[in-house]
Amino acid sequence: MSEPSKIVKTIASIIFPFTMVFGIYVILHGHLTPGGGFQGGAIVASGIVLLLVAFGSAEIAKRVKESHLSILESAGALCFISLAFLGLFKTFFYNFLAGSNFIFGRIPPFGSNPGDMNTGGVLPLMNMSVGLKVIAGLSAIVLVLSLFARSRKQKKR
Amino acid sequence: MSYVLLHAPALLIAIPLFAAFLTPIIDRFSKRARNIFVLAVLIIEEILMIIFAWDVFTNGIHIYTMGAPNPTSTVPLQSAVPVRIVLEVDGMSAFMGLISTTVSLAAGFYSIAFVRKETGQGRYYTLLLLMLVGMLGMEFTGDMFNLFVFFEILSIASAALVAYRSYYGDAVEGAFKYLIISSIAGPMVLFAVALLYGEYGVLNIAALAKAMNSTTLDMIALVLLISAFAMKCGAVPMHFWVPDSYTVAPASITAMLVVASQASLYALFRICFTLYGNTPYVATSGAILILFGLLSMFIGVTMAIPQKDIKRLMSYHAISQTGYMLLGVGAGLCLLGNPDFSTYGMAAMEGGIFHIFNHALYKGLLFLTAGAIFYKTKTRNLNEIRGLAHSMKFTTIFFLIGAFSIAGLPPFNGFASKLLIYESVYHVNPILSIIAMLVSILTLASFMKVFHSAFMGPAMKDVEKGEVPKSMLFGMIVLTAGIILFSVAPGWVVNHIVHPAAQSLANQSAYIQAVMGD
Amino acid sequence: MIHNIPYLAAVALAIIGLYAVLFKRNLIKIAIGISILESGVNLFLITLGYRENAVAPIYTNLPEGTSIPEGMTLPVPQALTLTSIVIGVAVLALILSFAVKIYQHYGTLDSREVRGLRK
Repeated sequence: MSEPSKIVKTIASIIFPFTMVFGIYVILHGHLTPGGGFQGGAIVASGIVLLLVAFGSAEIAKRVKESHLSILESAGALCFISLAFLGLFKTFFYNFLAGSNFIFGRIPPFGSNPGDMNTGGVLPLMNMSVGLKVIAGLSAIVLVLSLFARSRKQKKR
Repeated sequence: MSYVLLHAPALLIAIPLFAAFLTPIIDRFSKRARNIFVLAVLIIEEILMIIFAWDVFTNGIHIYTMGAPNPTSTVPLQSAVPVRIVLEVDGMSAFMGLISTTVSLAAGFYSIAFVRKETGQGRYYTLLLLMLVGMLGMEFTGDMFNLFVFFEILSIASAALVAYRSYYGDAVEGAFKYLIISSIAGPMVLFAVALLYGEYGVLNIAALAKAMNSTTLDMIALVLLISAFAMKCGAVPMHFWVPDSYTVAPASITAMLVVASQASLYALFRICFTLYGNTPYVATSGAILILFGLLSMFIGVTMAIPQKDIKRLMSYHAISQTGYMLLGVGAGLCLLGNPDFSTYGMAAMEGGIFHIFNHALYKGLLFLTAGAIFYKTKTRNLNEIRGLAHSMKFTTIFFLIGAFSIAGLPPFNGFASKLLIYESVYHVNPILSIIAMLVSILTLASFMKVFHSAFMGPAMKDVEKGEVPKSMLFGMIVLTAGIILFSVAPGWVVNHIVHPAAQSLANQSAYIQAVMGD
Repeated sequence: MIHNIPYLAAVALAIIGLYAVLFKRNLIKIAIGISILESGVNLFLITLGYRENAVAPIYTNLPEGTSIPEGMTLPVPQALTLTSIVIGVAVLALILSFAVKIYQHYGTLDSREVRGLRK
């Protein structure tokens, strides 16, 4: 397959930052609007896949190494489980930040409200950990599969 | 200590989960540190599980609500049903948890030397710990959807490990078949859970059992659940994936796959006894389980006899032994409302449940010895292996212990559990007992053939002499110690370990009251 | 009867997926069949949470006059469906990587030719 044309590469480079910002917005506001860790992470990963398809796997594999993605993925999962362990003075997964004076500690009023981001307790932090893990995981899957296909194509020639 | 025991259900699942994701980071620094870390986690799990199981057997059911202000507050003041995910550990759950941690410890020790020369070992140990998490999660949970989630975690981790030696083409083929079967069973379970949720509005097993009304939709859900979990146990007629995937997995993973199938067996029993315990479907589902058991026993052993591949032969025997467990517990299920239950129904259930632990121990040991043979001779074909008793003395002894146990010869533990099954199932129908004894004789014949052809005779030429590495031997010693302990004192084991498990399985009202009553 | 048509449609989708898994020979078609089967079951699960003339169960910028909680759809099936979709993504990724490996070893994707274990 020949190189993708210059139009595709330019448009993909312009669209990718918007995709990333929208994905991170969906992750961060998971406790207020529809969305959350997996949904936002899938959006950012689809942005990375767009870059992969536009530039070819050789270019992307030079900048993004699969070993670094593996560390990011483990870090996301460890952060999630550590947050669950921190509530162990009452029970596992206890929401110890809701109602306290740390970050994300306010309790919202009951009923319709314009959405206060400082609420939710442990949930936004867990959303961020899951989002990081999903970004790293899905990008690693697509990157490894595309590298695999490229190595087969080179072997066939 | 009481703090640890209070939080033990969550800690037992969370510690391997944390360690599983820490392993790739440690692996980047040093391989020895990773091995020591994984072994330390498995040993801590085993010790914690033994202490916790002892507490459950003496003190009763343990409840753990995730995320509540207090571990035992299941039903808040404003509502009438339990909220949040509730882990409920009764005697049967603790029993299965003991089996999972013991076999994982043996597989962990064995793997240190067995996969030393392979690539991607960091991921191997991560997936091994995730398999343990999936098994313990399925056994401890008190919530139907949580059961489905851990069921899928277990099947994905197992499928990835079956394909571990991806340079062999048939390993990936076996893993593909395993994953297709899991992917059919998973949505079936989810559909049944959706049916039950749509009808009753709760997902907690105890709350569902209390609200159960035995409508037609409940019968559809029961059929779907029994088929899905029997598909994952390897019961005939859904057993076709068992030989293919047990053969090609690395030997320590095959031992873990045996325990993974038994976790599905536990889920089947939990559904039939606790969720549907008060419905009129109990006698029919017991009869269906007895039918599955008979077919599995007979077809498993008859298809095992002509096999030439040693692990394929052993996996057909695994199907056959699963039939014994289904026969014993199915007979107990059939008699659940009857006044005869306390005489021989309970004995049948105890035989079946005792057989679960015995089977995990001796079948795990047999698979580990087959892996040791493969490690030395690089082949699994019985026509090519000869005369290994000259150089591999310890492996020969372990194989003999495992073979005598699986055939049900006294004084080993296989004899104890099979005797319980023969005697109690005889009262249900004498033909069942006769078929069980016939299958036992055929099992003995099959393993004598394997022993004679693999270990006796002149030694093979191009095989290096000497025993397998020490860590592999240590893994086999862990399982052999369990077998010898159970063979020497079967009465103590039945009274203190198996009887609480069987009693808690049959006691549906205590299960419901632990969650809803307080 | 008319209220049950969404459920029947979800079950029909699941049966189409099951047919594809059982009767098709190409490995990629089997993977597509599994994806359709899981989509059918997820659709069934999320249809359970529907209520007539109700809004999404979110308190941010809730429209005026909706009664809490009777005017909102059920949120629990939404969480269950999301979990099931994530599991489906993981399974599909694993199945496709197995299919790529099988093609590398056997040179074909026809399931009748991939019979190394039956020798």
